[in-house]
Amino acid sequence: MINLSLNQVSFSYSDSPVLHHIDLVVERGEMVAVLGPNGSGKTTLIKLASGVLKPTEGEIHLDGSRLSRLKRREVAQRVAVVPQQFNMPFAFTLREVVLLGRTPFLRAFSDEGKEDHRVVQQAIALIGIEELKERFFNELSGGERQKAILAMALAQEPKLLLLDEPTAHLDINHQGEILDLVKSLNREQGLTVIGAMHDLNLAALYFDRLIFLKEGRIFADGPPAEVLTEETIREVFSASVQVMQHPTTKVPHVVITPKGSSG
Amino acid sequence: MFTRLKQNHRLLVLVVLGAILLLCLLIAAALGSESISPIDIAKNTLNKMALTNFSLSPAWEDRNHEIILFQIRLPRVVAGALVGAALAVAGVLFQGLLRNPMADPYIIGTSAGAAFGATIAMVLPLSVALLGFGLVPIAAFFGALGAVFLVYNLARVGGKTPIVSMLLAGFAVSAMLIAVMFFMVTLSGRTELIHTVYSFLMGSISVSGWNQIAIIAPLIIGGIILARFFAFRLNAFSLGEEGARYLGIDVEREKLLILGLGSLLTAAAVSISGLVGFVGLVVPHAVRLVLGPDHRLLLPAAALAGGAFLVLADLFARTMLSPREIPLGILTALIGAPFFIYLLRRTRREYAF
Repeated sequence: MINLSLNQVSFSYSDSPVLHHIDLVVERGEMVAVLGPNGSGKTTLIKLASGVLKPTEGEIHLDGSRLSRLKRREVAQRVAVVPQQFNMPFAFTLREVVLLGRTPFLRAFSDEGKEDHRVVQQAIALIGIEELKERFFNELSGGERQKAILAMALAQEPKLLLLDEPTAHLDINHQGEILDLVKSLNREQGLTVIGAMHDLNLAALYFDRLIFLKEGRIFADGPPAEVLTEETIREVFSASVQVMQHPTTKVPHVVITPKGSSG
Repeated sequence: MFTRLKQNHRLLVLVVLGAILLLCLLIAAALGSESISPIDIAKNTLNKMALTNFSLSPAWEDRNHEIILFQIRLPRVVAGALVGAALAVAGVLFQGLLRNPMADPYIIGTSAGAAFGATIAMVLPLSVALLGFGLVPIAAFFGALGAVFLVYNLARVGGKTPIVSMLLAGFAVSAMLIAVMFFMVTLSGRTELIHTVYSFLMGSISVSGWNQIAIIAPLIIGGIILARFFAFRLNAFSLGEEGARYLGIDVEREKLLILGLGSLLTAAAVSISGLVGFVGLVVPHAVRLVLGPDHRLLLPAAALAGGAFLVLADLFARTMLSPREIPLGILTALIGAPFFIYLLRRTRREYAF
């Protein structure tokens, strides 16, 4: 079943084109990473899929409906986004932040009901942050906040979860934790996941399908073992690397070698 | 750190705040150049509402308390409560939308915009004859709205409204509007208006009888009730405009509605009090500190607390140096400005955008 499809999608910010004629189909339950250097258009692709940006050309379909025809609220009932980080100017508790995930389900003139609290509680339990729920969001560590945002996204009961470099600001222990959680949501809840990723190795370890963007075009698309190669990295990132095998999972693992080193 | 109030405690908090507001109203109505016994006030107010038929004390009959209370003091005290509630709620709306705890209608130039509109209405001789006081709030509303959008667009940098650029834009727009106000008055050649505009800028509750309140009260009370409907979405705005968009909010439309509502409340307040600053800053901040940032409680609580705060401030303004009166705006600035400076210093450390 197709969850998201992009048909000849192009996007430009005023005069500067970012994406060129992207064709892409993501099936329900897939876990897809979008990779590429800064400026290659990964974040733009995520924003287009979330509907906050509209394609300059082409069409995006979500579960068969044209994304541009859906109201923001209807999109948010199906698609949740976890960005790099959220800044919170006021002292909301973690539970209050997760409750914000119910925003697309509330009527204009009413507050949340029992069902909303049940969904929030479930999302908090699923992410395993019950002991933090009355703490202030601003006082949590970066990893804890990202978990809270993930729980908020789950409270939207989405069909599609979009990640925009969700681990960019985290220490290595939290990077693994967050991606483990995302992966279990994908495996156990059947949630479709599309993530713009900065770290090639994390992407290869956690995602089943990697899409490499180069200057706004898809350069390679496939399982890590097929597309994460020395040649892809050379072409997409203009970097010379060696690709080895992860000792346990056997997926490709990228290493760089400093200039002047000899082996 | 303290834990948050449970849902059913919210109502209790509002009842307590409502009682405090009533108490402040009663005290403020009792005190002044001529003291009136609070018991007499309570009895007579109930009599007026045709709820009771208490007999009146001799002092009431002898000393014109009837006229002092119902024609002079009560309108002023009620107007004070309305102005305080409107400015506090406008502050909460601007702060929530802009994610900026420093956004007060006075500081970001909305009040000056309202005063500008009101001055135009006062200077035009024809309009006064046509619509009486009714034109002042309308002109004040468009002035406030214009100022909000001007400041907002000037302060906007790459999709965000940083504190510093908003304060600067607010200051510049206020200064310009006030200059143009005096220029207009000078051009009109009506020197008596200079004094009017001057006292307008210093801020004081000036109502004569109930007529102005009859126009302003529905605007302010209706505006506050309407504001409450935006509470949940204002909470979502604290994740930023993009975050709010991800949560399904039509950001541009909501922004327009919330800024419009904040302008309406500011304009209604300014048209009977002139520029009373810092109420929208001090009150929401204090309420947020005690009750938390959830707009569903913050909005009604700030309305009640703002009302009580301004009733007391106005009481001080008219009794402290009696028979002289301190302009109310001067008094709130004496309290609010140091608090603003303190916030500005602290904000630099605590709030990252």
